[in-house]
Amino acid sequence: MSESLCRLPIHQLRQAIERGTCDPRELVHQLLDHITQRNPSLSAYMTVDPERLKRQLEERVQHGPRGRLFGIPITVKDNLCVTGEETTCASRMLTGFRPPYSATVIERLRAEGAIIIPRANMDEFAFGSSTETSHFGPTKNPRDPERVPGGSSGGSAAAVASDLALGALGTDTGGSIRQPAAFCGVVGLKPTYGRVSRYGLIAFASSLDQIGPITKDVTDCALLLSVIAGHDPKDSTSAPTKVDDYVGGLSPSLQGVRIGLPAFSDKGLDEMVRERVGEALKTLWRLGARPVEVALPHIDQSIATYYIIATAEASSNLARYDGVQYGYRAQEGKGQGARGEGEGSRSPKPTAQNALIAMYQRTRQEGFGEEAKRRIILGTYVLSRGYYDAYYLKGLKVRTLIKQGFDEAFKRCDVIVMPTSPTAAFRLGEKLDDPLQMYLSDIYTISANLAGVPAVSVPCGFTSNDQPVGLQLLANTFEEAKLLQVAYAYEQSTEWHHRKPVISEQ
Amino acid sequence: MDYEPVIGLEVHVQLATASKLFCGCPAAFGASPNSQTCPVCLGLPGTLPVLNQRAFEWGVKVALAFDCQLACVMKFDRKHYFYPDLPKGFQISQYDQPLSQHGHLDIALGPSTKRIGITRIHMEEDAGKLLHDPVQPASYVDFNRAGVPLLEIVSDPDVRSPEEAYQYLLDLKAVLGYLKVSTCNMEEGSLRCDANISLRQVGTTAFGAKIEIKNLNSFKAVKAALDHEVHRQTSLLQQGGTLAQQTRLWDAKAEATELMRTKEEASDYRYFPEPDLVPFVIDQALVERIRRELPELPAQRCARLAKAYGVSPYDAQVLTQHPSLAELFEGALRLYPHPKPVANWVMGEFLGYLNANGKEPDEVQLRPEWLAHLLEAIDKGTISGTMAKELFVDVLAHQRDPNVLIEERGLRQIVDEAALNQLAEAVIAGHPESVKDYQKGKANALMYLVGQCMRHSDGKANPRQVTEVLKKKLETA
Repeated sequence: MSESLCRLPIHQLRQAIERGTCDPRELVHQLLDHITQRNPSLSAYMTVDPERLKRQLEERVQHGPRGRLFGIPITVKDNLCVTGEETTCASRMLTGFRPPYSATVIERLRAEGAIIIPRANMDEFAFGSSTETSHFGPTKNPRDPERVPGGSSGGSAAAVASDLALGALGTDTGGSIRQPAAFCGVVGLKPTYGRVSRYGLIAFASSLDQIGPITKDVTDCALLLSVIAGHDPKDSTSAPTKVDDYVGGLSPSLQGVRIGLPAFSDKGLDEMVRERVGEALKTLWRLGARPVEVALPHIDQSIATYYIIATAEASSNLARYDGVQYGYRAQEGKGQGARGEGEGSRSPKPTAQNALIAMYQRTRQEGFGEEAKRRIILGTYVLSRGYYDAYYLKGLKVRTLIKQGFDEAFKRCDVIVMPTSPTAAFRLGEKLDDPLQMYLSDIYTISANLAGVPAVSVPCGFTSNDQPVGLQLLANTFEEAKLLQVAYAYEQSTEWHHRKPVISEQ
Repeated sequence: MDYEPVIGLEVHVQLATASKLFCGCPAAFGASPNSQTCPVCLGLPGTLPVLNQRAFEWGVKVALAFDCQLACVMKFDRKHYFYPDLPKGFQISQYDQPLSQHGHLDIALGPSTKRIGITRIHMEEDAGKLLHDPVQPASYVDFNRAGVPLLEIVSDPDVRSPEEAYQYLLDLKAVLGYLKVSTCNMEEGSLRCDANISLRQVGTTAFGAKIEIKNLNSFKAVKAALDHEVHRQTSLLQQGGTLAQQTRLWDAKAEATELMRTKEEASDYRYFPEPDLVPFVIDQALVERIRRELPELPAQRCARLAKAYGVSPYDAQVLTQHPSLAELFEGALRLYPHPKPVANWVMGEFLGYLNANGKEPDEVQLRPEWLAHLLEAIDKGTISGTMAKELFVDVLAHQRDPNVLIEERGLRQIVDEAALNQLAEAVIAGHPESVKDYQKGKANALMYLVGQCMRHSDGKANPRQVTEVLKKKLETA
């Protein structure tokens, strides 16, 4: 069976490679065959260059360090810089941009011997919850090509779910790892803010973004986190906090673990999602955990708060895409005047100034998609003179209250449980023209980003039409070990993570 | 109606740290375009800033030198605008929690001083530079300067005349020179200044409409532009006109300011906290260490020089304007303990040379021992005062000890009695007319003969001695 190796989790392949029963070359070639066959219908990757990957494979197998990921291909989202590889955030704006540096997480993966597969599809600049805003076209959900894989890390999640990836990195600003993991039936972790270096992650909202693993099971998730976590002098917001032994800490017992059950608005919560989460709780109690009621006040304001803070930061982070240095630049229009007629003077003369402004406007008009423009406009508005206090400053205050709510809750419990998403995967196009509905699909994931706490989504069953449902677990800051242990215990007592999608060949 | 100007100054100082504010690139001036750049200062996507500890410490040092209160917690903010020399579309600056606030500088005004408040001193990164092709219709961007650390020093509106503004800048630059944190070179842009000026009726306290003046390329330009604005605004007000807040550009050729933008056209920079840099808690122990390590500052040194060496307050002020002048003065005094001539040579000959060559005191080396040797040589009569002045220029031009030059060039004066007698006799024999004139009582004739002796000796004869010898010979002839 040609797909057999690709179906295995990384921790099993690692053992096989160490024992000599699995050849990384065979593994990569199988994976490449599989990608070549299946990716055209799924679009989990925007592009794949098999020859380039084979060259990398040879280099890695012959010279790569024999670390914890020796010979293991890891798929990365298109907003993580990889030296010399086109990295575009699925935007026309960054077409052709090949960074001369790699993200710290990429270097850490490579230091453990991993092979990097770039260009997993995503929503443009991570703006979205369905991977439909990608300039290169949407990714399909591997279980139902009529449905979205979630987003924004939809390419990474779909690739892992369909065995087009062994494991992947995504990024999560408001749920972009956890929601697609839930929609695709895989494991996705957003670490504590500051746990993983953001250097080389093309920023959406700097105070919310985190890089995290999307994997076939919790053990792989723990393994990848242990590789990418840790302080990085290149990221001033990365924490010097010690990295725990996430894999070694996994155990099937939940004896004495306090599970916090917050009261939350269940408006829009799908009945089947509610049922699956209810069943998952029963499993947790059976494993020895006990329920604790917790309050998360102000959590209902999280969507509003998030769309102020995240868009404000996004409008700033995206200011650099002006067509001057790299990426897309609009061609000069007629009657725009030549560029740079300001000979000898410090600032260009009016004609050149006008041409410059016209170049900026057209570059940004043509280079950004609709959702990117919507968020830039929103963010620019909330930071504007006269509106700053009412929106951005107020947003920061509510964010502090939300954080305090979590601090209080985690005094009483170890892990908080919620659904990952109010619904299972929705249909392609269903919410694309209704931004507010799209934003609401992140209602349960956003507060973890605002509070900076870690959260993981693990599969917890299926809806009646066979769509996966995700169970979300949240822990206090830097308590990923505890979080993963609960996720692991739950996973080991269920069979959900073994149910692979069956895709009809098209 | 009488109006008085209310002036505030915003000075940008580039810190001469080895590396830039948020990356490891060299911050030096003058490298070939874009050779000192990296993904961070180019603002490439995904890169993050990391604060340069040295730049921060130098910022603290400057803040302490101006008696500013340091923040307990400082943070950085993003200031947004679009321009091709700004790679991220925003500048990392400080908005509402700057490094320091509420300092002051006492400026010298004649025999007294005046205290000018310092509103704030904050840190920010510099932008790149546009280069306009004089032939092709094209512009280029050089990002070497992007990310170079800057301090912005904002004064209170305490300055009341263009002259005070000029003195404020001189004294501010002196302090920075003493701290050795900046090259303070306006031509290279390591020191830049914008001025704000408004007029109000004498006796009133409310501020008038603020005019900001940009494109000021020298301290003299600041003074000239402010003079121009005082006249322009005064006549406008006296004609019953009103002023509105605007930004104007100084045109040095036209010696006038021109409108750049009105208040309505001012950009909204959309400041907000830089999320890639956490707020910094300023460590008080570090501040105290830096405070202890502060060097003697110009005002302190000025007072000490006046007291210790009895130099006039004016001389003390000139000598302490630049640390290397004061060091030269005191260094030379250790070898040649006569304050008056040393001060005269430093202020007269050395400053004169610097002015003539358009150089700053630290751009031309004059070792204290060279000046001391020169003055000793004059005292000993080895060279004449006139020769010393000529030699001084060569000392500076060739960077050699005057004693070495005297020996090499055989400049030593002829003081030997026999040699001078021989010289005098030869000149007397060669100019019988002048000898006759002298005997007729024409005093000029003696001067002429002395001049001939100097000429025949290539200027090496000691003029005083040769005069005596000539006189003696003429009397007895």
